[in-house]
Amino acid sequence: MSNKLITLENISKSYDNHLVLDEMNLYIRENEFVTLLGPSGCGKTTTLRIIGGFETPDTGRVIFDGNDITKLPAYKRQLNTVFQKYALFTHMNIAENIAFGLKIKNKSKSYIDDKIKYALKLVNLEGYENRMPDSLSGGQQQRIAIARAIVNEPKVLLLDEPLGALDLKLRQDMQYELIRLKNELGITFIYVTHDQEEALTMSDTIVVMNQGYIQQIGTPEMIYNEPENAFVADFIGDSNIIDSIFIRDELVEILGAKFACVDKGFGENKHVDVVIRPEDIELVKPEEGTITGEVTHLIFKGVHYEMEVMANGFEWLVHSTKMFPVGEKVGIKVDPFNIQIMNKPESEDEEAVQIEE
Amino acid sequence: MKNKFVKLLSLPYLIWSAGFIIIPLIMVFYYGLTDKSGRLTFANVASITLPVHFKSLIIALLLSLISTVICLLLSYPLAMILASMNKGNNKLMILIFVLPMWMNFLLRTLAWQTLLENEGVINTILQLLHMPTLKIINTPYAIVFGMIYNFLPFMVLPIYNVLCKIDGNLLNAARDLGANEVQTFLKVTLPLSVPGIISGITMVFVPALTTFVISDLLGGSKILLIGNVIEQEFTLNSNWHLGSGLSIVLMLFIIISMIASAVFDKDGEGSAL
Repeated sequence: MSNKLITLENISKSYDNHLVLDEMNLYIRENEFVTLLGPSGCGKTTTLRIIGGFETPDTGRVIFDGNDITKLPAYKRQLNTVFQKYALFTHMNIAENIAFGLKIKNKSKSYIDDKIKYALKLVNLEGYENRMPDSLSGGQQQRIAIARAIVNEPKVLLLDEPLGALDLKLRQDMQYELIRLKNELGITFIYVTHDQEEALTMSDTIVVMNQGYIQQIGTPEMIYNEPENAFVADFIGDSNIIDSIFIRDELVEILGAKFACVDKGFGENKHVDVVIRPEDIELVKPEEGTITGEVTHLIFKGVHYEMEVMANGFEWLVHSTKMFPVGEKVGIKVDPFNIQIMNKPESEDEEAVQIEE
Repeated sequence: MKNKFVKLLSLPYLIWSAGFIIIPLIMVFYYGLTDKSGRLTFANVASITLPVHFKSLIIALLLSLISTVICLLLSYPLAMILASMNKGNNKLMILIFVLPMWMNFLLRTLAWQTLLENEGVINTILQLLHMPTLKIINTPYAIVFGMIYNFLPFMVLPIYNVLCKIDGNLLNAARDLGANEVQTFLKVTLPLSVPGIISGITMVFVPALTTFVISDLLGGSKILLIGNVIEQEFTLNSNWHLGSGLSIVLMLFIIISMIASAVFDKDGEGSAL
C-alpha cells in the first residue's frame, strides 16, 4: 500500500462540554477514497473540519505529509473542500468561481483560462463559464464546486456530504462521476456521509463512526460482511442481530438451536452477538431447517421479497427471491460462512467502543 | 370574492397616498413651475444657479457626503462585530443601538445643542479640568456631528442585515481556496454586502441632504443648507413658488440616489427597516 498522507493522533474535540471526538486515531493513505460514515452527531463532519482547518482540536495532532499542520490556518493547507451546500460565490460567474483559488495564487491568465476549460470539461459542464451559480441546478452547482476545488491541484479533496441535497437519481449518477473523477485525478478523497449505500459504492476504505469513536475501519466488503460490533452491523444494511451463546469453536447456539459457523477463538459457552444478513437466510421446508417458524410479514421490494419470520421468539428479517405467503410454516437454514460472531460489549458505555488498528 | 376583500384592505393606504403624497407632489410641481400670476416658468427651478442658492446646495451635498462616509466607516466594523456575535448577545447590543431612535428626533438634536454649546456641558467639564474649550456649535462640524449621530443606525442596520445573511460556508470556502482573512473580506464579504452598503448610503444621504432641523439647531443661522433655504422660502418669505422650485431640484438628487440603490440592490436584500 502507498504511504500515509494524513495521520490524526489522539484527536479530541468538545463543544460546550459535549465530547464530539474522543482520542481519535486514524491515518489516510495516498490516493485512497476514504469515507467517514456514521449517524448525525457521530463526529464525522467535525473530523473533516479539523482536517480542513476550520476547527482546531482540543488535543492531539494532525500530520499532513510528515508535517504537523494542527495549528496551520485553512488557507495555507494543501487541500480543498467541497461543501455540503456547494458554497459557490453568488456574486461571481462560474469562471470567476473556478478561478478564485488560482487568482489568489497569482497564476497567469492563460494558465487560469486553461484550467477553467479543463475543469469544466472534467465535470461535463463545458461552456458554462459565463453563467451565474443561481441559474444552475443543484447537481450542476455541486459539480462546479468540485471543479473549483480541483483546479487548485490539492493533494486531498474533502467532501462534506456533497450529494446530500440532491435527489436519488442524480445522487447515483454523481456517485459514479465521483469515482471516475477520483480515478482520473489520482488524488485522495475524504468523503463524509451518513448514507451507507453511498459509502459502500464509492469507498476504498470506510471508517464507521459513532458518538465520537471509530467503530470499525475496513474495506466495504469487510464492513458489510464482517461487522465488528452490533452498531456497525445495524448501521450498514439490514441485519438480524441475535443474542447467542458461543459453545465452542465453529459451533454457536442461536435461540436454543445449534448452528455451525466458521469463527474460532471466542472462548467456550460465552455470550456473543450474532449477525446474519437477511439475504443470507435460506427459507426451506420446515423439516429441512435448523429452526422452524412462521411467516408474519411479506412485502415485495422489486429485486426480492422482504419477509419476517417468527421463530423461537425472534422476528427474523429475510430477503429472498422466493416468496412464502404469510402464515406458512418454514424452516430457517444459514450457511456457516454467513454467521458473523461478535463480542458483546462488556457495559453500556462500551457499546461505542474504539477499535484500534 | 376574496380578491375583492384584499383590494378593499388597500383602500385606506390608497386614500392616504393620494391625499398626502400624490396631491402634495402635484402641488409642489405646480408651484415650482409657475410664477405668482400662475404663468408657466422655469425661473424658480433655474434660481438654483443664483450664488446664494447654489452655495447652500453645495454645502448640503458636501456635509451630507462627509456624514455618509463617516457613518459608513463607523458602521461597517460595528455591523461586522454585531453579525459575528452569537444571537441573544447581539440582540441586546442592537437594542442599545436602536434605543435612541425611539426618542424624538428634535429632542435628541436639542440635547446635542446643550452639550456642544460654548457654555454647554462639554465645555463646562473641559473648563473644570482646565483644558482648552471647543468652539463646535454653529460650525459645519456640529452639523456633521448631528447628522452622524442621528443617521448612524440607518447605516448600521442594513449592513448588519446583509452580513448576517452571508453563509459562513462561503467564507470557509474562500479560506479553503487559499484566501487569507483580508482577501476573504475583500473578495467575498465586501462584495456580498454591497446591497446593504448602498441601502445604508441612501438612507443616510437622503435625509442628511434635505435636513434643515439639524443645521438650524446645531449650525445656528450662520450655515444655510439647501433645506434651510427651502424652509425659509416657505415660512419667512412665503414664496411657495421659489421654495417648490428648489424642492424640485433637490428631488432630482434624491431620485438619483434612489435609482442607484435600486440598481445595486435588486433583491431588496439591504432593506432593513
